[in-house]
Amino acid sequence: MEGINITTPLTTDQAHELRAGQLLLISGTIYTARDAAHKRLVGMLDRGESSPFPLKDQIIYYAGPTPPAPGAVVGSIGPTTGYRMDAFAPRLYELGVTASIGKGNRSPEVVESIKKHGAVYLAAIGGLGALLSKHVTAVEMVAFEDLGTEAVRKLTVEQFPVIVAIDSKGVSVYEKEQV
Amino acid sequence: MRTLSTEIIRDTIADLAIKACMEVDSSVTDAFKTAAQTEKSQLGSYVLEQLIENYDIAKKDRIPICQDTGMVTVFCSIGQDVHLTGDPIEDMINEGIRIGYEKGYLRKSIVRDPIDRVNTGDNTPAVVHYRIVPGDKVTITVVPKGAGCENMSKLTILKPTQELSDVKAFVKKSVIEAGANACPPFFIGVGIGGNFEKVALMAKEAVALPFNERSEIPYVAKLEDELLAEINELELGPQGFGGSTTAIGLRVLVYPTHIASLPVAVNISCHAVRHEKAII
Repeated sequence: MEGINITTPLTTDQAHELRAGQLLLISGTIYTARDAAHKRLVGMLDRGESSPFPLKDQIIYYAGPTPPAPGAVVGSIGPTTGYRMDAFAPRLYELGVTASIGKGNRSPEVVESIKKHGAVYLAAIGGLGALLSKHVTAVEMVAFEDLGTEAVRKLTVEQFPVIVAIDSKGVSVYEKEQV
Repeated sequence: MRTLSTEIIRDTIADLAIKACMEVDSSVTDAFKTAAQTEKSQLGSYVLEQLIENYDIAKKDRIPICQDTGMVTVFCSIGQDVHLTGDPIEDMINEGIRIGYEKGYLRKSIVRDPIDRVNTGDNTPAVVHYRIVPGDKVTITVVPKGAGCENMSKLTILKPTQELSDVKAFVKKSVIEAGANACPPFFIGVGIGGNFEKVALMAKEAVALPFNERSEIPYVAKLEDELLAEINELELGPQGFGGSTTAIGLRVLVYPTHIASLPVAVNISCHAVRHEKAII
């Protein structure tokens, strides 16, 4: 399958061009955040505090890696299931996040938020952690270090493969499943 | 009476946990290679080819197949002619998990309490199921299973007057509801009969059975074939992107039940079906 190369940050103009079913190869910076990090981040935003990492035009990756073996940049790092972040995702899209990466379908509320803010939902292949680790060239701890694997990490990625699962028009690769 | 030190059980558990997280059986990769050739969807075959490459990288470079190295279920069958010596067996099983998850650079995914949710930091405790069996051997099966698919598993208790077709309908409904969340193509374990806890346990045990074998009970073997074929007609496909490869394996275990009950449980495993067994 032919992939389309994209470089971060991802603007809404760029996001508008993406279509469900396309294979993207992302190069640049993405941020990991999963369940506990989302709960804490949205709690901070609710209290009027600012996010400890940039959100505008950024890509959030729902992932919690295994520890790196000696000499490795990162351990296994595939996506976790997206629906568990459904309650938090609209808030982050509203604040300028242009893409989230997970696996599995999203709620109608998240699809509406994606359409409203001109964002996308991308699917990395679940259970592809060993292969995906080869596309991560640097890792930096950014926030919530006490959460261990669930901490927010800034990843530098090179041609990181994902599928456009829900595009900015709300078209979904999972549509058949919803019938 | 044979004497066996629980230290040997500890060391076996550590090795099995690491191996299970890095390697799938060649029968699994062979099944994926066959599926990649027959899969009709372009996106589906791309996913299958990527998964095959992932298994190769994991095994060769010693990186876990999936970052979710799971909560560990341990099935421990102890021969009644074995006398265990040393520290208590359950402590040593957990010590084995602790050593394996540290040494193998596996993810620590267990929290000490379901409500306060503080990580235990060593992936313990495991969930251990013991069985006393004839003989002087100890058989250990280590099943690290991720939450993505475990969260999508289902249990129901049907009415005793319902039919096998209702059992099949529940299994298929469970697969549809699991959808892309549970990382298809799946390996599916089904339990039928027993009671509330027995049926769930059978479903988990069925996931760890050899996926390419069939039940010795003729109607159950037929049910395994039929359900697998019907699930692959659902067109969920690899990663839920559509296609003809939704499940690679499906095994069923049955048990006597109460006149008023027909329990059914469905334990879904993602494509990274991980279980390793040792006989000591």
